[in-house]
Amino acid sequence: MLSLKMALRSISSNKLRAMLTMLGIIIGVMALVVLVSLVSGATSSVTDAVSSLASDLLTVTISDDYGYPVRLEDLDDWSREKPEVGSMAPTASASVTGKYGAESGTFTVYGTTPPYYEIEGLQLTMGRFLNRADIENNTRVCILNYAAASDLIGFVDCLGEELSFNGMKYTVVGVLSEDENLLTAVLNGSYVAYIPYTSLMRLSTTVTEAVTGFVVSPGENTAVDQTEAVLDGLFNERFQEDEDAYSIRSMNVMEEAMSSITSVLSILLGGIAGISLVVGGIGIMNIMLVTVTERTREIGIRKAIGASRGTILRQFLMEAVVLCMMGCAIGIFLSWTILRIIGVVVSSLSMRFSLNGTVVLISVLFCFFIGVVFGLYPANKAAKMKPIDALHYGG
Amino acid sequence: MIELNNVSKIYQIGDERVRALDHATMHIYPHEFVSIIGPSGSGKSTLMNIVGCLDTADDGLYKLDGIPIEDYSENELARIRNEKIGFVFQNFNLIAKMSAEENVELPLIYQGIKRAERQARVREALEHVGLSKRAKHQPTELSGGQQQRVAIARALVTKPSLILADEPTGNLDSHTTKDIMEIFHGLHEQGNTIVLITHDNDIARQAKRVIHILDGRLTEVSL
Repeated sequence: MLSLKMALRSISSNKLRAMLTMLGIIIGVMALVVLVSLVSGATSSVTDAVSSLASDLLTVTISDDYGYPVRLEDLDDWSREKPEVGSMAPTASASVTGKYGAESGTFTVYGTTPPYYEIEGLQLTMGRFLNRADIENNTRVCILNYAAASDLIGFVDCLGEELSFNGMKYTVVGVLSEDENLLTAVLNGSYVAYIPYTSLMRLSTTVTEAVTGFVVSPGENTAVDQTEAVLDGLFNERFQEDEDAYSIRSMNVMEEAMSSITSVLSILLGGIAGISLVVGGIGIMNIMLVTVTERTREIGIRKAIGASRGTILRQFLMEAVVLCMMGCAIGIFLSWTILRIIGVVVSSLSMRFSLNGTVVLISVLFCFFIGVVFGLYPANKAAKMKPIDALHYGG
Repeated sequence: MIELNNVSKIYQIGDERVRALDHATMHIYPHEFVSIIGPSGSGKSTLMNIVGCLDTADDGLYKLDGIPIEDYSENELARIRNEKIGFVFQNFNLIAKMSAEENVELPLIYQGIKRAERQARVREALEHVGLSKRAKHQPTELSGGQQQRVAIARALVTKPSLILADEPTGNLDSHTTKDIMEIFHGLHEQGNTIVLITHDNDIARQAKRVIHILDGRLTEVSL
């Protein structure tokens, strides 16, 4: 306690120098805490976005059907027969030019069936999604995303309006809710329309009755892994045990990939910030060496009246550690302030940045460690001084 | 109390070997007031360093309170200095950033004495040198005489066996010198052992016993 008091007194006796010395640590801590907190904030919002894309969704792609193509009826049969399989919906897409009056734009058109709505977790703002009759009759109806309705058509309440995709007229029967999810907006581009799968077969030459891609949701009370295993068995049998003929991907894989990318990013940024902390520590060591030289006489007096080596060592070590910890505290406070400001500035991106508890703890421990490591040499130098030499130093 | 037997100390300065103490022998008994006088370069400081356990002899035997001071570790010497010796230096050697009472308190802190007792003893020591009213002042706010009184208070606060004063009046005017010497006389009358090192005959003669030092050799002059 007493050495803490002495350390605080000695630091406060030269505030400007203490502040400049701490600056290295302050900047290092700020770099560490702000960068890692930003990455983890971005990660959590991206992860949220990915999981809101329905993380228990399986995407199946068939590259070689060995003469047993998967048909729309097969999808319906499987989802009826297999309890592990919830719903299945084909997905095929084409990029087409959409025209409404004089306005035109590039659309991503998805051809699918009614279960798609549930599997993908879409939200309608008005109208309806596709129904059975649309599929059976190849009806030329479409459901637009919010951006397409509001930007291209010009008004959201556009049910019954007609627009053309590559010259074929389609009637708008539904409009999706405004996309709040940043990621889906980026992935889908601006204009998206959903039309019956059978209708897309007419619009695009590459889309045929043989379904090559579809999405699957797991059955009730079934884990995604189980569903995946059932599908795996099914296709393995159908495609002559050629595992390269098809692929089943779950969104979990994507989440895992995301989290490994971001953790690598965190470690990388943290490492760079760690280097700046070490540089700050060298600054502390430098100034502590100056302090020890300046106070040689004081060390001599203290030793003459009975301070042991350990006492002197503790005193100067404490000073270095206190300097580091004060810098650390200021750094954390400034980081908190900066993160609050960033949070306000980017509030529109629906990302939340807050002080990451783990990195705060790590930076506190790291600062303490740096204080001890870089304080030890100057403190030891002070402790090793001979009392007579120190007493007669400089007069 | 203090027993020096054939103590020698040799310094190596460049190629030259300087014999700062040459087979010095002296005995100082409890409750004595002894002054050691000699011109500069005579080995006074070396003698003071050895007697004060700030340095160790190269040869010979030194006993303080019957304890031979040789082959002691640095930390053990620090403890002996803390418990048995009170130093008063020519240039006061107070710690500038600390108030008078904090300076006096420091040796007690190193002894690990509890706060309440420390404060009582600091108050007593400062009262003894007549500086109670200046306890909160920093050394820079005190006159030379007052600073030296703080240093004396610091020396006696641990109730040491020996008060070792190295030219305590060297930086003071004659009026203040008189005051400081009165304090030393008072301390002696209360039973303290005092060794005073000086180059000033008038000061030396105030002691009951005077030891001369020249070229590292001691000669005793009894009054």
